[in-house]
Amino acid sequence: MFAGKIDKSRYGYLFIAPFFLVFFIFDLGPILYSFYLSFTDWSGFDTPSFVGLANYERLLQDTLFFKSIYNTLVIWILSIIPQLTIALTLALILHEKFIRGKHLFHAIFYFPNMVTPVTMGVLFALIFDWQNGSANKIIMALGIVDDPVNWFNSPFLAQLIVASILMWQWFGFNMLVFLAGLQSIPEDLYEAAEIDGANKFQTAIKITLPLLRPVLIFTMITSVIGGMQIFDQPLMIGKGPENSTLTMVMHLYEAAFVRYEYGYGAAIAYGIFVLIAVATAFSMWMTKIREKKEGVS
Amino acid sequence: MRNNSISAMASRSEEQHDSEIRRNQRKSFLAKIIIWILLILAAGICLLPFYSMMITATHANADITRKLLLTPGSHLIDNYQRLVDVVPIWRGFLNSLIITVSATAIGLYFSALSGYGFSKFNFKWNGPLFAFVLATMMIPGQLGIIGFFKLMNMFGLINTYWPLIVPAANNAFGLFFLKQVADSAVPKELLESGRIDGCNELQIFHRIALPLMTPAIATLGIFLFIGKWNEFLQPMIILFDNSLQPLPVMIASVRNQFSVDYGAQYVGIAISVVPIIIVFALASKKIIGNVMAGALKQ
Repeated sequence: MFAGKIDKSRYGYLFIAPFFLVFFIFDLGPILYSFYLSFTDWSGFDTPSFVGLANYERLLQDTLFFKSIYNTLVIWILSIIPQLTIALTLALILHEKFIRGKHLFHAIFYFPNMVTPVTMGVLFALIFDWQNGSANKIIMALGIVDDPVNWFNSPFLAQLIVASILMWQWFGFNMLVFLAGLQSIPEDLYEAAEIDGANKFQTAIKITLPLLRPVLIFTMITSVIGGMQIFDQPLMIGKGPENSTLTMVMHLYEAAFVRYEYGYGAAIAYGIFVLIAVATAFSMWMTKIREKKEGVS
Repeated sequence: MRNNSISAMASRSEEQHDSEIRRNQRKSFLAKIIIWILLILAAGICLLPFYSMMITATHANADITRKLLLTPGSHLIDNYQRLVDVVPIWRGFLNSLIITVSATAIGLYFSALSGYGFSKFNFKWNGPLFAFVLATMMIPGQLGIIGFFKLMNMFGLINTYWPLIVPAANNAFGLFFLKQVADSAVPKELLESGRIDGCNELQIFHRIALPLMTPAIATLGIFLFIGKWNEFLQPMIILFDNSLQPLPVMIASVRNQFSVDYGAQYVGIAISVVPIIIVFALASKKIIGNVMAGALKQ
């Protein structure tokens, strides 16, 4: 009987085998093969020729690559700050007891998150078209500007529009995450604060925000990983004036699948991977440091 | 006399107290009204682009260029006709459906199979392998994309749906999610009784575990479906024939082919949003509940 039990546990390998088989063929294989290709020159038809570190040397001198890193960071920062502010504000409001129809509001705010990113990109490109878009028509009707704003003529405005697509697409998701965090805070903490005479603002600062910390860290890390990889929406907007909305993955896509420089594209892919790993490690390290500081005080 | 003055004082303080409460109530009532207005305004702004999209799709290009459109027009059919004459958008819809349904089915079955495997079998490498699966979640999707393209080309799978469907069997998030479900929803005693009845391990999984995991599998299915439905870069790279492309790639080509025909572009993106509205209308409670539950698990 005992021996039979030990025997059974080995069946587990059969259950997980397909998962790993597909992982090796369709995931790990391509990743390792990309690594090999990043040391070659390959245009797709001939056989790849080994060129050593040439692609990586080129990457370090590629001003457009550094520009794409800068653009991605700017777009990420422009989207993450209002996104988290709005998400947190809405979560705090929707957590209040007197709000009715909560589910409807959850649904409305979360809805943009499900819409195809490509569709979002096209929709915003159309809305912010300077001659035909409704954005200019609305702000001109409201009397905010007299002449149509040429959004995609200014590098900053173009980045702002890409950032606002991301903001619009993700604030509802983050709002739900924050709401889940709020609901996990025990009710008696608030009751105790009320007895001690704390007002709404004080409880928000002293109780709610510190207890939301783990949730905030989760959203920060996921949004760093996601934000570094934005592609679908900015591709629909285009590269923008002075390449201002060219993101890192767009740069990879253009090298490999527009100019057919597969070897160099693979080097860009590994460059992006290193940057994402560093950014993730950095954001984890930041949260650790803050934890230590607060532990001391 | 003395009694009277005391009661007078008491009643006065009571009055004061009452009016204070009333003032506070009025103040918080006002605050509530303002918060309500802000909330409704935010909801309006959130939906405004979709409203604008639906409205603009029904107008002629001349009107789209000239004025701000707030009410439905009568040119929806014209715009639609020009769109479908050039881009086979319903074919793209069908392609999306084929790819998404098969990939979701495969993803669900193998996530359940491997999640159950990790949950119920205490094999030697269980811990390290599971940690490895979690670590693969951190790998960005584009890392291997060029090697993926080249390998699929070598296997002769380019311009077919296989590279878009089969990799769905390897979904780290799905495995993680369904392992937790198997941990809590599938009691070991039931599996033992199945073994005593002479079922083999795969039969036990199919007849006992899978039915118990079905509600969670349905939930995961919604998320896998939406994720696959929205996928863009992979099909664009793997498929060459325009008629094989799924909806997002068709939408992108609508953008390129109708550069000045705004009415047709609006109809195109509206067509891609409508099914999402339908799915969301049917399953919004489940979707929202699970986004929130998922956030706490992390």
